[in-house]
Amino acid sequence: MTEKASLAFVRDTMLPEQPPPASETGIIKWVRANLFPDVLNSILTIVALYLIIKIVVGAWPWFANGMWATSSLAECREILQGTTGACFSVLTERWNQLLFGFTYPNDQYWRPILAFVLLAFAAAPMLFAMFLPRKLLLFTALYPFIAFWLIWGGTVLTPLFALLGFVAAATVFPRVEKASGFASALGAAVVTAAIVWYVGGLIAGTTPNLIALEPVPSRDMGGFMLNFILGTVCVSLSLPLGILLALGRQSNMPIIKWICVVFIEFIRGVPLITLLFVANVVLAYFLPPGTNFDLILRVIIMITMFSSAYIAEVIRGGLAALPKGQYEAADSLGLDYAQAMRLIIMPQALKISIPGIVNVAVGLFKDTTLVSVISMFDLVGMIRGPILASTEWNGVYWELWGFAILLFFPVCYGISQYSQWLERQLATDHR
Amino acid sequence: MTTLSDPPSQSFQFSKLINDTRYRSYTFQFIALLCVIALMSYLGWNLVQNLRAAGLNISYGFLGSPAGYDINQRLIEYDSQSTHWRAAMVGVLNTLLVAFLGCITATVIGVFVGVLRLSKNWLVRKIMSLYVEIFRNVPVLIWILVIMAIFIAVLPQPRDFRGDDATASMLGGLFAFTGRGFYLPRPYFTAEWAAGGAGWLVVIGVLIASFFGSRKLSAWASKTQEATGVRPTTWYLTLGIWFVPLLIVLLAQGLHWEIPALAGFNFQGGIFARNSLIALWFALSIYTAAFIAENVRAGILAISKGQTEAAASLGLRPNRIMNLVILPQALRVIIPPLISQYLNLTKNSSLAIAVGYMDLTGTLGGITLNQTGRAIECVLLLMLFYLTISLAISAIMNAYNNAVKLKER
Repeated sequence: MTEKASLAFVRDTMLPEQPPPASETGIIKWVRANLFPDVLNSILTIVALYLIIKIVVGAWPWFANGMWATSSLAECREILQGTTGACFSVLTERWNQLLFGFTYPNDQYWRPILAFVLLAFAAAPMLFAMFLPRKLLLFTALYPFIAFWLIWGGTVLTPLFALLGFVAAATVFPRVEKASGFASALGAAVVTAAIVWYVGGLIAGTTPNLIALEPVPSRDMGGFMLNFILGTVCVSLSLPLGILLALGRQSNMPIIKWICVVFIEFIRGVPLITLLFVANVVLAYFLPPGTNFDLILRVIIMITMFSSAYIAEVIRGGLAALPKGQYEAADSLGLDYAQAMRLIIMPQALKISIPGIVNVAVGLFKDTTLVSVISMFDLVGMIRGPILASTEWNGVYWELWGFAILLFFPVCYGISQYSQWLERQLATDHR
Repeated sequence: MTTLSDPPSQSFQFSKLINDTRYRSYTFQFIALLCVIALMSYLGWNLVQNLRAAGLNISYGFLGSPAGYDINQRLIEYDSQSTHWRAAMVGVLNTLLVAFLGCITATVIGVFVGVLRLSKNWLVRKIMSLYVEIFRNVPVLIWILVIMAIFIAVLPQPRDFRGDDATASMLGGLFAFTGRGFYLPRPYFTAEWAAGGAGWLVVIGVLIASFFGSRKLSAWASKTQEATGVRPTTWYLTLGIWFVPLLIVLLAQGLHWEIPALAGFNFQGGIFARNSLIALWFALSIYTAAFIAENVRAGILAISKGQTEAAASLGLRPNRIMNLVILPQALRVIIPPLISQYLNLTKNSSLAIAVGYMDLTGTLGGITLNQTGRAIECVLLLMLFYLTISLAISAIMNAYNNAVKLKER
């Protein structure tokens, strides 16, 4: 009391909280910190804003005046009367050619579309393995056969016997392995599958119309569908090949190691386009006289070789990143090479290399456009060839290329965002 | 029935080859080798059969016969009477030209964008991310074709430069940017003894001498700094070493510029860079730059903040921190992927065929292949060329990695 009395004034209640100054909160603070922190950045912001506004203002009438229902560029120009405006009618008129190529039968479009939709269901159990039950992987395993039947058509027996061959091999393999080891089991499985395929081929050959879809030869595939088919088929085929090559390169058997090294370095050293030239003009010389391989099949072989070399390098990185203790632990448990790889090494190495594999997959999907150079009619080939060369649409560049970019960008961007997400999911080191 | 007490039989058993780990790896390697040899001989046998059936043989004689086609963009003398070999050489030089130009511009743009992606400015950061994502996620072939279309559509044609009411004009009266290509002034020497390539050899010699001169100068500056503690000011000496001899040589040889001028329907004189070269160069640059930007960003982010703080606590100024602490460490992370991007750019330059730029794929793998029908020989030579470049670049990269890797003791 005395102390208080001796002082002139002592505050005994808290002041009410004041709001922070306007320049330090909310949007104003954000704008100041992120757009105008200093002179140089302010100039940059203003220049960037100016450019954005200029582009938007310049491009807007082009979109807004777009024509969607004309039948040729000349008609577009006639209606527009010299004002700027897009001629999107090329897309409404030719969308089927852009997506499916110009010889795929029109009434069968539901088949590739259905295959595409099913692809989402088949890929989901693999891509989001941590959220979905493992049983769904069964559908993923069945998908290649369903997709083949849907896209190429023909009797259902062909994919069915192909599947049966794999099933027979998978049932024979563990039994023989228990009795006499990995190598002979592998041999027995291959022989069983070959027998089933041979018998199946004979049966399917005699009854080509049993539950058959209209067969479509592969030279009729085109448009974005062709890019998609090439991308998915080649990536899926090159994964097992890439794993084998990576294991071969890491092996301590010098001859096998050098075979793999030479193959990988050779493929990685040449551009894909030279390999496509090989598929187009050279490969026929190396096949038995009289065989007439489909061009699409030759291209699939070469692209698969190409991507398997890149995937092998990614997986080799994953193998090298595993601590040596993992290999030694597997050895000390008495596992043989095949068991150690299947049960200990590969699950971990593949987990590390998933982001890299996804990057290779995106790159490969983009590279499938190169087939247009050897005159196949994929999306780019369709645009450059039949559409831009036609009298109606000669000169429509922006709309077509914009459409191509719109098709490729979401797919590639989506996959790369997925790989980044997965990388975060799989990061088990807590940083 | 054998029992455990039986001694292992010493005689050779066939099953040992597969069951005994001492011999198994030899068995597998032998089988693998046999498979490869069988495959090779099968392919080779097919090749011989097919060639015999088609009445062909493997021969490189066609390289010496006249090519009979024109190449509109070339660095060395060539006409339609030159040989296929000469055409291939023109192609090689064109590939190297576009790859070299592309690597330089891609690096410049890539570093610029990569640094700007780390900027404090939100808008700039977002624009740069947009650029990187759009270019990385669309095939390079589409970009090459789009940029070619833009060049043809946006730039004026040579005829627009004509007449009194010309809609286009030359930049500074020196450069003409047309939809057909760029026309640039061409330097040449008037002195007798500098005719042909001799003048340029002298210039290159002088530049090399200047390079060693400036190295010597900076070594001397470092030595003085170690001896006295003060680094002598050398920037004007460096400038002098680079520019004074160059200027003297250029003037002594009589440097003149040949300026492109409109003659009839087209420009004459000067250097002509076709639209295909420019479009390919530009497309490869900005496509690869998007990847390089990511590498640069990752490299800078890989250096932990502690390094900056440690350097600052030693009393270094910000630009010295960048030069002496951050960059040397970041470069170790950036350069290996950067070099593999250069390799990708060189391989992607084979897409020149899509816009009609005559690189090696366009000459040897394109017209020569179609004219002579020598598919195997042409594709083999083509692969050999790209393989050589790839292996050379890999060798440089390995040498660099060994030079800069952390020396742990």
